[in-house]
Amino acid sequence: MATPLLQVEHLEKSYGDVHILHDINLTIATGSVTVLLGPSGSGKSTLIRCLNGLEDFQSGQLTFSGQPVTPNAKTWQQLRQKIGMVFQSYDLFPNLTVLDNILLGPLKVQHRSKAEAQEQAVKLLKEVGLADYQDAYPRQLSGGQKQRIAIVRALALNPEFMLFDEVTASLDPEMVRGVLEVLRNLAQQKMTMLVVTHEMNFAREIADQVVFLEEGHILEQTPGQQFFANPQTERAQIFLNSMDF
Amino acid sequence: MSWTIIQQSIPVFVQAFWLTLKLSFYGIIGAIIVGLIASFLRYFKVPVLRQISAAYTEISRNTPLLIQLFFIYYAFPEIGIKISATAAGISGLIFLGGSYMAEAIYGGLQGVAKIQVESGLAIGLSRGQLARYVVFPQGLTLSVPAIAANVIFLIKETSIFTVIAIPELTNTALDQIGLYYHTDESLFVLVIAYAIILIPLSLALTWLERRARRGSFGN
Repeated sequence: MATPLLQVEHLEKSYGDVHILHDINLTIATGSVTVLLGPSGSGKSTLIRCLNGLEDFQSGQLTFSGQPVTPNAKTWQQLRQKIGMVFQSYDLFPNLTVLDNILLGPLKVQHRSKAEAQEQAVKLLKEVGLADYQDAYPRQLSGGQKQRIAIVRALALNPEFMLFDEVTASLDPEMVRGVLEVLRNLAQQKMTMLVVTHEMNFAREIADQVVFLEEGHILEQTPGQQFFANPQTERAQIFLNSMDF
Repeated sequence: MSWTIIQQSIPVFVQAFWLTLKLSFYGIIGAIIVGLIASFLRYFKVPVLRQISAAYTEISRNTPLLIQLFFIYYAFPEIGIKISATAAGISGLIFLGGSYMAEAIYGGLQGVAKIQVESGLAIGLSRGQLARYVVFPQGLTLSVPAIAANVIFLIKETSIFTVIAIPELTNTALDQIGLYYHTDESLFVLVIAYAIILIPLSLALTWLERRARRGSFGN
């Protein structure tokens, strides 16, 4: 196995007395796609949010690119340029145009030149089929379009790792395909990704590795093909049977 | 009711009309500035200044303008601060309006969705950048309706200035009644004068609210 891009060791997370994540150990290889599966309330979102500092955690060690992560505001602000995240809701900034949404990070956070950042933004927009929407405002776009632009906004920072938190869950069925297509292309370009999804066919197709989470415990961490063909735990078997795909 | 008497009284009312507008204008601009400062102190949790601004808000909102004006105009000279009635009126309006504007603006900032903050953080924005590019533009737009309501409220509050003898509209009407007993005519002109200010303004503000809402939002 190549050097892991991200290593999570003994991560524990609770809200007050409620223990959300128990002894999470996770290894994500560079260039691989990890799909995080599990029933609702199992802690998938919480886990993914711990990985870019939107949630703090009580104990455990993260190692990114071989560097131990000191979880404080400053470190996270730096790291978030390398760890992109896209959320379930279409979260574009409504007060900015599509292009300004995308350029905010590259210009204000990374202080890149406008010409260069804009060129990249246009190229990325072309790749997701939305080159004509640069000057549109988010309210003029459909959910699927907004979500693809949210992905572009994250990619514009040239991240090394992308987190996708149920990015198709609140889209109309006909919008889902376009967004999944974008994720598929990213996987082909060897972007390292951690994907939370309920699209099981897509998960089976894209996953190099599946992590199965239940009640805050990782029950399985296995290669994708193996998980779908022959899950190790009974719980995962029940989960797969319950999913209609 | 006599039209001749109304016509005769028009010039003094016109003067009072402009004075009311002028006092309202400075008072409201000042109140918005104070409101912006106070709400930013609260938003950024600036130590000490934030507590001072919280104390100011409590005092300002929980005392009547009448009493605030008495303090500024009659009590402050006792400790050596002497200002004209006009300046006292404007100061009173700013003192009162500042806290209302602060609440309106802070309410708007609070109304910005949490996911907006998180997606700003997720692209690496610092707290300050997040405020400048995401939270303030959206929050200020959200606070427009509350600010507009306060603008109308503050203009009406200028009628209290009569207690420190500023010749604004209400004072002028009371004067006319006291001098000539033209009660009906004076009150009639008074109502018309306020309506001329407030109705078009209210319509304009409603238009602005609608624009603000459409201008930036609507997912």
